[in-house]
Amino acid sequence: MAIVIPKTIYNGKVKEIKLGSDMQAVSVGGENCFPFYLFEGAMPHKPVIAMEVWDSGTEDWPVAALEPFKDVISDPAAWANKCISEYGAEMICLQLVSTDPNGMNRGATEAAALAKKVADAINVPLIVWGTANIEKDTEVLRAVAEACQGKNIILGPLEEKDFKKIGAAAIGYHQTVIASSPIDINLAKQLNILMGNLGIPENALLMDPTVSSIGYGIEYCYSVMERIRAAGLTQSDDKLQYPLICNISKETWKAKEAKVTEQEDPLMGDAKKRGILLEAMSALILALAGGNILVMRHPEAIKLIKGILDELYVPSK
Amino acid sequence: MPLTGIEIFKLLPKTNCGKCGVPTCLAFAMQLAAGKADLNACPTVSEETKAKLSEASAPPIRPLTIGTGNRAIKVGGETVLFRHEKRFENPTGLAILITDTMAESDVEARINRLNNLIYDRVGLTLRPEMAALRADSGKVESFVALINKVKTQSDCSLILISQDADILTAGVKACAERKPLIYAATAANAATIGALAREAGCPVAVKGANLDEIAGLTDQLTKIGIKDIVIDSGARSVKQVFEDQIFIRKAALAKTRSLGFPTIVFACDMTQDPMKEALIASLAIAKYAAIVVLSDFQGHALFPLLVERLNLYTDPQKPLATKEGIYEIGGPNENSPVLLTSNFSLTYFIVSGEIENSKVPAYLLVKDTEGLSVMTAWAAGKFVADVIAPFVKKCGITDKIKHRKLIIPGYAASESGGLEEELPDWKIEVGPREAAHIPAYLKTWKAQ
Repeated sequence: MAIVIPKTIYNGKVKEIKLGSDMQAVSVGGENCFPFYLFEGAMPHKPVIAMEVWDSGTEDWPVAALEPFKDVISDPAAWANKCISEYGAEMICLQLVSTDPNGMNRGATEAAALAKKVADAINVPLIVWGTANIEKDTEVLRAVAEACQGKNIILGPLEEKDFKKIGAAAIGYHQTVIASSPIDINLAKQLNILMGNLGIPENALLMDPTVSSIGYGIEYCYSVMERIRAAGLTQSDDKLQYPLICNISKETWKAKEAKVTEQEDPLMGDAKKRGILLEAMSALILALAGGNILVMRHPEAIKLIKGILDELYVPSK
Repeated sequence: MPLTGIEIFKLLPKTNCGKCGVPTCLAFAMQLAAGKADLNACPTVSEETKAKLSEASAPPIRPLTIGTGNRAIKVGGETVLFRHEKRFENPTGLAILITDTMAESDVEARINRLNNLIYDRVGLTLRPEMAALRADSGKVESFVALINKVKTQSDCSLILISQDADILTAGVKACAERKPLIYAATAANAATIGALAREAGCPVAVKGANLDEIAGLTDQLTKIGIKDIVIDSGARSVKQVFEDQIFIRKAALAKTRSLGFPTIVFACDMTQDPMKEALIASLAIAKYAAIVVLSDFQGHALFPLLVERLNLYTDPQKPLATKEGIYEIGGPNENSPVLLTSNFSLTYFIVSGEIENSKVPAYLLVKDTEGLSVMTAWAAGKFVADVIAPFVKKCGITDKIKHRKLIIPGYAASESGGLEEELPDWKIEVGPREAAHIPAYLKTWKAQ
């Protein structure tokens, strides 16, 4: 007997967005079906892996996460290039940890100079991620937008309270922005609308649903992302059709489950492998829920997830 | 699709007798549709209607149990494609592969891992539940010996795997009382294996080359009265497994009865790399597998899988809660700080994680807020001075510390005045709003 598989009816499409300058462009989004449902639609681009580069604060990283970058840890530009040439990073995500007012509190000028240095040094698009401190991000990300003029870098996170000022700078200097909302589809939609009203072009906006890792509430972002995709693709809600970025690795590696050693807790097995799997599995689950850009850290986690995504991306018969 | 309340109402007697405990037939129909009532509560409904309703209300994916006793596992019974539509019902069973050609020591070690890899999380016990025993030797005696060994050393649920009907028959005979899953009925042996499953009263897996063939096999088994079936789509590539799992779920939810059964995925047969295998298993857990067979259990892969499973199978409408009480983090003493938070499990995890990150030993008081986060609980009146104060007094923290300083979450700052009134011996300190800022806060905290 011939089984008939019901097909989902799609009437929307995720916006296809070109990131980076012409020299370094990478495109994301464009799918008109659920992630990897290639039997029902087209997905012009696989999720893209952006690798993290931190400007400070790596002393809290578990040994396993630090090890691959030991030689470049104090030179963000070199670090970024190592990610690209050795580990196949398709984008770089510079985490401006040093600007945190609760930490080193480095100034905006210095941070902007660093962002420019990294942007100039690499041949892939650059994401610059602040500290989610409203006042400080406003100052820092505006300076970064100006310093990196002409690069079409991606600035984030822009939240309800700081999107106007950072967004205005992004518009002025032709940068892309990340609209960040706290795991809530309605707030996400509202912020996208506000971004549009502000004048952010449709092709310069990404969404950050706020993600967390396995064990720390991944089910919430998983379901919010699935709902965002369902609304955008099957209910043609064009305010929810932007590509999704998942800043997942820092969430994974800061958890105690990624740090505890096998000596401390033998039941938890090898710490390095566990950290890699927590990162790779968290990223995979978010990719299945609709993540278009996965911000990741460990080269082996990246290799693993790229392998699986490649296999899922084989055209359907 | 399940019947709507109105459709059910049409089949009811419409007498509004109230004997079911609900005043009207319409109200009863609505409760039936919502799964909140049992049709048997109606004393006058006809047998014919009962049959019609039970057929229509049967879950689209057959729920069934493998194994017996404490570690029996319930699979199937799923009703949605996406967990936000309702919830995922029965968490994916995880099985460890053990074959009858493995060295004695290896078998022992595997049973040991199966029995002892147990994790406690938010008061829940996370552990794998199944062993997949495979007859690789081609010898009845070796397979039966393995079954007997596992059976006596573990109360896990069993899957018996062989392509040889005689070996499988002997295996089932050795452990029928444990209700193992028989693997598998194929186009070549469906009649024999079907008879075996029916006689032993055990669930049986079917394996086919494609979904059409599988539907034919399940129909064949259903016709001889077998209800408890598990599907192996036969796929062993990541791509095909992903598609088949989605296809089977979609077809089943559209009431294609031939595919309305839980599925099994053999991650162990899909790669030689244990890391990749773990990632494939995580994919299968997210995308609908009812059982995943792994080549081995190692804590570093098993733990993330168990937690992923817990997360995705959590009911989106019922947040997990942590038990109310005092949690000691990092070996605190009488001069250590005392922090207060709500009992939403996620809040607890994040706050306790950040306290650990601070490397400052501390007491964490977790107040029962019915699983709500600090802000929501505060807004709902479940995290306010009137209820926090009695908890602080009764919980016993005063026996453990010399100072009387209580750090409350920044989001509950407006309760500090009320708390100082209710707890006159205490000094209330307002901590950070975000857990991420706890380490910086604690590093500068002083008891005096």
